[in-house]
Amino acid sequence: MGDHHHGPAKGLSRWLFTTNHKDIGTMYLWFSFAMFLLGGTFAMIIRAELFQPGMQLVEPAFFNQMTTLHGLVMVFGAIMPSFVGLANWLIPMMIGAPDMALPRLNNWSFWILPPAFLLLASTLFMEGGAPAAGWTFYAPLSTTYAAPSVTIFIFCIHILGLSSIMGSINIIATVMNMRAPGMSYMKMPLFVWTWLITAFLLVAVMPVLAGAVTMMLMDVHFGTSFFSAAGGGDPVLFQHIFWFFGHPEVYIIILPAFGVVSQIIPAFSRKPLFGYDSMVYATAAIAFLSFIVWAHHMYTVGMPVAGELFFMYATMLIAVPTGVKVFNWVTTMFRGSLSFEAPMLFAVAFIILFTIGGFSGLMLAIAPADFQYHDTYFVVAHFHYVLVPGAIFGIFASAYFWLPKWTGHMYDETLAKTHFWLSFIGMNLAFFPMHFLGLAGMPRRIPDYALQFADFNMVSSIGAFMFGVSQLLFLFIVVKCVRGGEKATAKPWDGAEGLEWTVPSPAPYHTFSTPPEVK
Amino acid sequence: MSLNNLKRLLACAAGVLATLPGLALAAGGEKNALNMPVGVTDVGRSIFDLHMIILWICVAIGALVFGVMFYSIIYHRKSRGVKPAQFHESTKVEIAWTVVPFLILITMAVPATSTLLDIYDFDDAEMDVLVTGYQWKWKYEYLAEEGENVAFFSNLSTPQSEIYNTDDKNDNYLLEVDEPLVIPVDTKVRFLVTANDVIHSWWVPELAVKKDAIPGFINETWTRANEIGTYRGQCAELCGKDHGFMPIVVEVVSKEDYAAWLGEKQEQAAKVKELMAQTFTLDELMERGKAVYARNCLACHGARGEGGVGTAIAGSAIATGDIGGHLNIGINGVPGTAMQAFGGQLNDVDLAAVITYQRNAFGNNMGDLVQPIDVFNYKQG
Ligand code: HEC
Ligand SMILES: [Cu+2]
Repeated sequence: MGDHHHGPAKGLSRWLFTTNHKDIGTMYLWFSFAMFLLGGTFAMIIRAELFQPGMQLVEPAFFNQMTTLHGLVMVFGAIMPSFVGLANWLIPMMIGAPDMALPRLNNWSFWILPPAFLLLASTLFMEGGAPAAGWTFYAPLSTTYAAPSVTIFIFCIHILGLSSIMGSINIIATVMNMRAPGMSYMKMPLFVWTWLITAFLLVAVMPVLAGAVTMMLMDVHFGTSFFSAAGGGDPVLFQHIFWFFGHPEVYIIILPAFGVVSQIIPAFSRKPLFGYDSMVYATAAIAFLSFIVWAHHMYTVGMPVAGELFFMYATMLIAVPTGVKVFNWVTTMFRGSLSFEAPMLFAVAFIILFTIGGFSGLMLAIAPADFQYHDTYFVVAHFHYVLVPGAIFGIFASAYFWLPKWTGHMYDETLAKTHFWLSFIGMNLAFFPMHFLGLAGMPRRIPDYALQFADFNMVSSIGAFMFGVSQLLFLFIVVKCVRGGEKATAKPWDGAEGLEWTVPSPAPYHTFSTPPEVK
Repeated sequence: MSLNNLKRLLACAAGVLATLPGLALAAGGEKNALNMPVGVTDVGRSIFDLHMIILWICVAIGALVFGVMFYSIIYHRKSRGVKPAQFHESTKVEIAWTVVPFLILITMAVPATSTLLDIYDFDDAEMDVLVTGYQWKWKYEYLAEEGENVAFFSNLSTPQSEIYNTDDKNDNYLLEVDEPLVIPVDTKVRFLVTANDVIHSWWVPELAVKKDAIPGFINETWTRANEIGTYRGQCAELCGKDHGFMPIVVEVVSKEDYAAWLGEKQEQAAKVKELMAQTFTLDELMERGKAVYARNCLACHGARGEGGVGTAIAGSAIATGDIGGHLNIGINGVPGTAMQAFGGQLNDVDLAAVITYQRNAFGNNMGDLVQPIDVFNYKQG
């Protein structure tokens, strides 16, 4: 590190004009956490209304706005940007590159996000309210029958798509061109691998989503009938296009989490990952399959039986590479020398709970059974099991794992473990009873319910409040760690491997200006 | 949280623990049911069996995987001074854990395929019912080969006072309608499912039927109930504000009772048809109109025509203006507002009556009246 390097600029302009991958990563992470709290607030409102049967706090129309915004903000505002933040911080350090390949693009892909979400949140104050057709916004509820805010919503989706595509291109360019000498593809850390594949998925499907919302815009304002049978279109066409984006999207959300777990489990087992190659191939297989299973979200729309069979078989196949991953993690732990610091706790919980979500996913794949499960709380339970202990626990695990590298301080382990146990218990209380509710016949997205569902809903709400409040503890832990604490060494985890642990903690503003040699 | 709630919560937690082993025994509609109802159809039974097979396979795999994991968590701890093994990569193991799950999947796919083919066997239906989803109610039409077609709407009948917690909630809270669908037992009934506005989904768990109702398209599905009884379901696809308030109630009755019920309905339908050709006095129309108003308009326009969700009718420019304009709104609604098109929902007699009523009640005193034939002519254009 020579003296000719510039340190960070001072004040606001540091953050506005920065092209430094670490600064941009930090901004992504804080932004996504803010969105996590916002989306969480919407969830708290939903669970408060569902605490008891009867309408108490909000009106049905507002309830629908809450479910819609909760989904949109969590998926597009919290989970996706946080993984982009992790990618920004870690990918250059993991592959021995000085920065991302396209730093100015990087600045842009972050800075267009906050205005987009500000716009989206502002629709709450528009006449007719925010979008209310669910995060899946099926036409014609989201077109002909939507409030005027749908136009703003479409604009937001375009901006988010643009941001994601720019971010992905940047990651692809960085990984393909900027690896240190000797860092062959099959030596890359799994987080880099899973992100590379995720980036390709994003570039492939975000334009499809952009197409879907553009057709909506045309239907709403320019008299076309893409999604209206009266004009020769088809509402089901919307669902095909949406899920052609939407299914890969769920893997976009989970693959980077697979990556971090595949690095954290070996680190705290003090034992190499059991099958690195097969993990890479399994990720690629999942990514490929994710393109040919979309209609399993649509078993009840009235597809021909041949279509149902194709999508059922293809969906069941995903269980194979996913199984390979789970077996690999467990075998890695087997006969290791395990210790359970916060990152490991979250990673182990990830494996257990994600697997439970995988099981319910397999059940949902079975088309005839899905006729009973579809659009019930069973589905809500399923996707929260893969998203909360999946994606979000993956993010928590990463945060605790790399916080010492980012801040130069160790976080408070006792508080972090408390955060884990509160989240773990809260999350299971909130989402496990939803399996029962769905099987017993409670549809999703309803603001009020029949009396036989009352008790489980109350349990679920209590769990949700507990989970929600625990996240303030996480905020406290992170702030405390940023401000001080025990000094972290370059490699605070004895079992960790990778180039990022060869630089000091906190990582200097510029790292690897001369590429390291990888043997 | 009140003490009562706390008690319920504890009872419920105890209930979960006590009933877990009996997972397969719980039935639908029961309080705190844990599992899918078996239902009253052969298809429902095979779906249920399929569901249980997959569930137990998942439980078995889970027990194995988590078993190994917890073994490691307990015995392979650093704090016990364990030295880590360094083994990794084994092609044999990798092949095994790819092939074995694949074989397990095939054993699931076989029964799944046969059940699916059963569900898609629409042949030999003994009767057809057209089911149409509206925001936020269902319409049922019996497509009879002879006699009058019978058609009616089925609305939520739970009073607002229960929903807004001023009255105690009854046992069928939110799962009750003013007029249920009636079908005969042991009969293959084919449902043609469609929608009038947005997508809905017609779902009755115990009849093992869920089919999306898509505007502009007609989907097919069927059921064959083996037991007489009342079965309740709900709209399953988000369809707007009152998605949670459009339940489905199906009465499965004996074939004789069904024939009697249908005969009566057809007689009523024939009577309405006769009425359509008649001319009524103002008093007759006012009397009928008052009832129609109370059923269909009052919720939005108010008991005294003072308005609410809808605009005021008392003194309204439209209700005291040209009859054609009033007919237009009654028949075609106001697109983009809560004012629906009642032309397809009410028969001509009821429409004539309610419009006459609006023109002469609430101090509107127009003195003119609308006959069924006027409505008919207006619809013809
Ligand atoms: C779901 C609520 C709702 C119901 C039920 C309803 N209306 Fe309306 N109605 C409205 C609304 C809202 C408007 C105002 C439409 C607009 O913005 O122009 C309206 C307007 C009208 C008007 C025009 C009044 C004026 O001067 O603007 C008439 C006439 C009318 N409705 C008749 C009926 C009749 C007849 C029925 C029953 C068969 C009925 N409505 C049921 C909501 C409703
Ligand atoms: Cu509906």
